Amino acid sequence: MIAPQSVGVVVPQRAEFTTPLALRSGGTLDNYHLIYETYGTLNAERSNAVLVCHALSGSHHVAGTYADAPHNVGWWDNLIGPGKPLDTRKFFVIGVNNLGGCYGSSGPNQTNPATGRLWGADFPFVTVEDWVESQARLADQLGIRRFAAIVGGSLGGMQAMSWALQYPDRVGHVAVIAAAPKLTAQNIAFNEVARQAILTDPEFHGGHYYAYGVVPARGLKLARMVGHITYLSDDAMAEKFGRSLRHGRNTYSYDVEFEIESYLRYQGDKFAGFFDANTYLLTTKALDYFDPAFEYGGHLPAALARATADFLVVSFTTDWRFSPERSREIVYALLHNRRNVSYAEIDCPAGHDSFLLDEPRYHKLLSAWFDRIEV
Amino acid sequence: MTAYRYDYEVITQWIEPGEKVLDLGCGDGELLRHLMDVRQVQGYGVENDPDKLLGSVNNGVNVIQMDLEKGLVGLEDGFFDHVIMSLSLQAMHNTQGILAEMLRVGREAVVSFPNFGYWRHRQSILNGRMPVSESLPHQWFNTPNVRFFTIADFDALCELNGIAVRERLAFDEGKLVLDEPNFLASVAVYRLGRNG
Repeated sequence: MIAPQSVGVVVPQRAEFTTPLALRSGGTLDNYHLIYETYGTLNAERSNAVLVCHALSGSHHVAGTYADAPHNVGWWDNLIGPGKPLDTRKFFVIGVNNLGGCYGSSGPNQTNPATGRLWGADFPFVTVEDWVESQARLADQLGIRRFAAIVGGSLGGMQAMSWALQYPDRVGHVAVIAAAPKLTAQNIAFNEVARQAILTDPEFHGGHYYAYGVVPARGLKLARMVGHITYLSDDAMAEKFGRSLRHGRNTYSYDVEFEIESYLRYQGDKFAGFFDANTYLLTTKALDYFDPAFEYGGHLPAALARATADFLVVSFTTDWRFSPERSREIVYALLHNRRNVSYAEIDCPAGHDSFLLDEPRYHKLLSAWFDRIEV
Repeated sequence: MTAYRYDYEVITQWIEPGEKVLDLGCGDGELLRHLMDVRQVQGYGVENDPDKLLGSVNNGVNVIQMDLEKGLVGLEDGFFDHVIMSLSLQAMHNTQGILAEMLRVGREAVVSFPNFGYWRHRQSILNGRMPVSESLPHQWFNTPNVRFFTIADFDALCELNGIAVRERLAFDEGKLVLDEPNFLASVAVYRLGRNG
């Protein structure tokens, strides 16, 4: 049973690349592959393509379902489909698993062609800029010279922004949602706690845990738990869990007592069951490194001078991980350069995770913005 | 707002082609759309109401969500050629603050507002009722306006704050008023600059 306005059953595809990719970290990937999905149809002029960039734990599976897993719905399915804000009757939408990801693209849990063994901790550090470079090559393979739009939330928003800087003539519109121009010390601090949880797990084995037939599940669970706290707002947690007790009374134990403990443990266990610890480490480092203004002496307006795309910047009032102030920095830097930019601050209680919800004002805004894009 | 298009026409005449223009309380972006079409301005609107902001996006107008009561923090000094506030000043608490901010980020400010001293308004007060008119369309209990002032009041405020009145046009329901504007005009449009 396919939900109305769904893109329906989708099939991931694989693109191979044999031209070496020089990485910011100094390493090189001689050959690699990317897993991606597409929704809608590329028009004859090849002018209606929209790239959707994913965040920390996202994947190429942005919309639709799989024939053999009908409940595996894409992570931004509420946005993408016929009649939805990002309308697949108009646009050709692409989702791609980032390099270093764990959903099939070249990454730590894939085979290193040079050794025939899994990459593990030997997979090189990748940055937002490297992802954009690899995505540009995928666009080349698909015959897309210029994207009508590139959109992303959180880390995905950073990629969308980086696209406008690295390939200004290859993207017409950019939507940067619940993102920031760089991480704060506090953001990096949370990432570091998450990484330490993984790195100190006895089952981590220096990142080569695959060879031991184990996963550092405890560390990954802790990493996800601390991450989850930053995705929700204080209000949303209070509303959803408050101080509710599992047994209705204090049991004076370290088992689950408060419902919030139960929720975090559940989310942590679930995540540790499918996500790859090496990818989590790599991706949080990519987040930490992202800072396009760094080579401009920290001056964001100078860094964004290269961007020519029309921007939409969206933040959420209760997002404290990437607060509205961080989005406004991007807006003012674009304004300084006289770029077309609109900015909305959506009143939504759900914190950072708001960008994944179909809050009506948010989706109406995206609808209006995508409708204005000529293809 | 369509009834007040004559203040749009005055504003348009004061804008040179290609200017950088900021419109505070831009609503659905109608004025900016007009200025983009006939003056090719690089226009930005500021709007804090989500529904109106959506209207601006629908009209293809750059719009930035911001609470004007907090000023124009983040916008650079002297960045804009003109900063416009059309029929919104009376709905703001921080009157002096926003005027100072408009002249900080803009070379000139353009302000239009309903004249509380308009003779029909005075007549209404004399008859014991708060005025409701084309320029003050709301009832006292549902008006978004929080400041009630006259052309003479505004002139005095400009004097007090060292704001130069470069030009002032006054209208009675769309017709230009040359004599006794504080009595005969329902709306005034000002072009303001910094003294010195």
